[in-house]
Amino acid sequence: MNKIVAKEYFSENVVRLEIEAPLIAKSRKAGNFVIVKIGDKGERIPLTISDASIEKGTIDLVVQRIGVSSRKLTDLNVGDYVTDLVGPLGRATEIENFGTVLACGGGVGVAPLLPIVEAMKKAGNRVISILAARSKDLIILEDQMRKWSDEVIIMTDDGSYGEQGNVTVGMEKAIAKEKIDKAIVIGPTIMMKFASLTTKKYEIPTVASLNTIMVDGTGMCGACRVTVDGKTKFVCVDGPEFDAHKIDFDEVMTRMRAYKTEEAEALAAFNNK
Amino acid sequence: MITTMTKEEILALRNEPWRDELRKKMSPKDRGALERVKMPELTPDYRVKTFTEEVQQGLTKEMAVAEAQRCLDCADPSCMKGCPVGINIPTFVKQIENEDFEGAIATIKKTSSLPAVCGRVCPQEKQCEGNCIKLKMKQKPVAIGYLERFAADYERESGKMKAPECAAKNGKKVCTVGSGPSALAFAADMIKLGYDVTVFEALHEIGGVLKYGIPEFRLPNSVVDAEIDTLRKMGVNFQPNTIIGKTISYEQLHEMGFDGIFVGSGAGLPRFMNIPGENLIGVMSSNEYLTRINLMGAGRGQGFDTPVLKGKNVVVCGGGNTAMDSARTAKRMGAETVTLVYRRGLDELPARAEEVHHAMEEGIDFHVLHNPLEYHGDENGRVKEAVLQVMELGEPDASGRRSPVPVEGKTETIPADLVVVAIGVSPNPIIPTNFKGLEISKKGTIVVGEETMQSAVSDVFAGGDIVRGGATVILAMGDGRKAAANMDEYLKK
Repeated sequence: MNKIVAKEYFSENVVRLEIEAPLIAKSRKAGNFVIVKIGDKGERIPLTISDASIEKGTIDLVVQRIGVSSRKLTDLNVGDYVTDLVGPLGRATEIENFGTVLACGGGVGVAPLLPIVEAMKKAGNRVISILAARSKDLIILEDQMRKWSDEVIIMTDDGSYGEQGNVTVGMEKAIAKEKIDKAIVIGPTIMMKFASLTTKKYEIPTVASLNTIMVDGTGMCGACRVTVDGKTKFVCVDGPEFDAHKIDFDEVMTRMRAYKTEEAEALAAFNNK
Repeated sequence: MITTMTKEEILALRNEPWRDELRKKMSPKDRGALERVKMPELTPDYRVKTFTEEVQQGLTKEMAVAEAQRCLDCADPSCMKGCPVGINIPTFVKQIENEDFEGAIATIKKTSSLPAVCGRVCPQEKQCEGNCIKLKMKQKPVAIGYLERFAADYERESGKMKAPECAAKNGKKVCTVGSGPSALAFAADMIKLGYDVTVFEALHEIGGVLKYGIPEFRLPNSVVDAEIDTLRKMGVNFQPNTIIGKTISYEQLHEMGFDGIFVGSGAGLPRFMNIPGENLIGVMSSNEYLTRINLMGAGRGQGFDTPVLKGKNVVVCGGGNTAMDSARTAKRMGAETVTLVYRRGLDELPARAEEVHHAMEEGIDFHVLHNPLEYHGDENGRVKEAVLQVMELGEPDASGRRSPVPVEGKTETIPADLVVVAIGVSPNPIIPTNFKGLEISKKGTIVVGEETMQSAVSDVFAGGDIVRGGATVILAMGDGRKAAANMDEYLKK
């Protein structure tokens, strides 16, 4: 049981939770995720750690209210307990001084990007961050991202904030301006696919962080498997980050839809309660 | 193997007056004439509609006593040689015949910490019962497994489960990585020896494969929980949601004061066949299928958040116990047809004979001498059919089994909207990649001394699937016991 010590709404459906988890706060590294379960009959869902404090013994999770489990989690309030929380899971991001790093976050993908940007900056990189979302109210963690970035580009689909256009428009602009040595893309799978195609044109080494369906999250079930460079990989233990140019994104998108019907039915039932 | 008793000790117990008397009560000839007991079972039609009701209902008191009478109480009991944990089989069987059921369970518990589990899932036909003298006399072996289960169930149902006595605390702390059968057996022995024992488990439930893997119709969770409760009463501390090597490092375990670590982290990555279409929606590992249903409650009534795909035509690949469990689970999930695809013949199935028998009774279609070649999907990316290669048996291979070879050009396509791949697992990679200094085999298992279970890191011992790659519950328990005995020796130095 882990206690929620702070809760903040970034927007109507995006919530930051600060949760007591001293051991995880101490051992986590940028790129790691946790598995969370709410209630005895809850589902195990993976969430990337967006920040942590060893002093406070807490970790931060940014959660988008999409399905039943994310709603149950974000319906909890300060003082409530998360039934089960386990981590840190997955391999940590490879951090070194690459030179100039282009960090692209789409929607809530900015949350898992934040600790990577921080670590990249601390490793001596010049960091250019792109925050992309549908509209202004979905741009999150801007101040924190600015703190660790040399430059921040904001892109919105409707032009309500920053520049109008999707993430690739901002990427093209940054790439045209200076030499990029490494790119990191995190966000919806479709966004990662096109961001990855953009960097591929310029042969910029790129990693993407996948957020596939998982059950145990410890390398046991294989629900999260993806094809990378023609080989089957497990996101939970081999990832979550992979060479973006080698990921079969179309397969990832298909597999993400495996439980679409069941998820929709469950959500309808949940909302009717 | 663990030899817990010398020949003399076995004989001394056999020569106790009550047992002499009991032996004389009935002649060996009369004992030989008795029929082996039949375990009462739910009918196949009924049981495929219930998930938690156990297929095998257990022996009544009368049945157990009658079955125990069949045992000849040999002076040199060969059955014991087949038991990986060295249970004093004739003693507990004769205690049952003598209606001393409490005595019987006490005898079993001297060497086995999970009797209600082992009585249900051990491959007795290859172990104790496979070594029973009666087989040589062309009789059916004594139903040792049923009797073990009877003794354990009798104790649990009487509500008087006794925690074995523990030695005075010796001030030393040990822990396990994992809470499956090897770790629980280790924990039980170490707590008895006076150690302070903590069991770390990655999942939210204690029990490992006994919970996520073996379905409730074969091993009810309540039975596993009762055994875990006994360990808790003995003082074992259980810590779920903790991944050693991730949440807590090897170094941190030392800072926390642990003197010895037993790694029983079990199976990890499920194996796939790397054939076209294997990543289609609806193709999943048996680990995923069974975990969703057994551990997470998917498809088992209201309230569970975890979903599981259901299929009309389910194909299960593999021939082991996990394949049988998956196939029988699919039937209970409402599948119209369940086809088990296995590349060798019926005689080569590695599953327990009883599981195969039950699966057949439940209407599982055994498609032996077939091997999946590829899967085809529909426009939504969901699997819709399986293409199978027809096989035939060739020459015996290194394992002594006749190896299957493809019949050139002969294939068969069957409908399949759910495919469960149960062809084995690789060892869990977390400890091998996070503990420095371990010797790791090519297969990814931790290398340990065969007799000591000690790894290349002297305070780390290991057993079960992480060492064997794939083992039975009882072999894993045997490993845990051996590791406990040897770690105790090591820590006393």
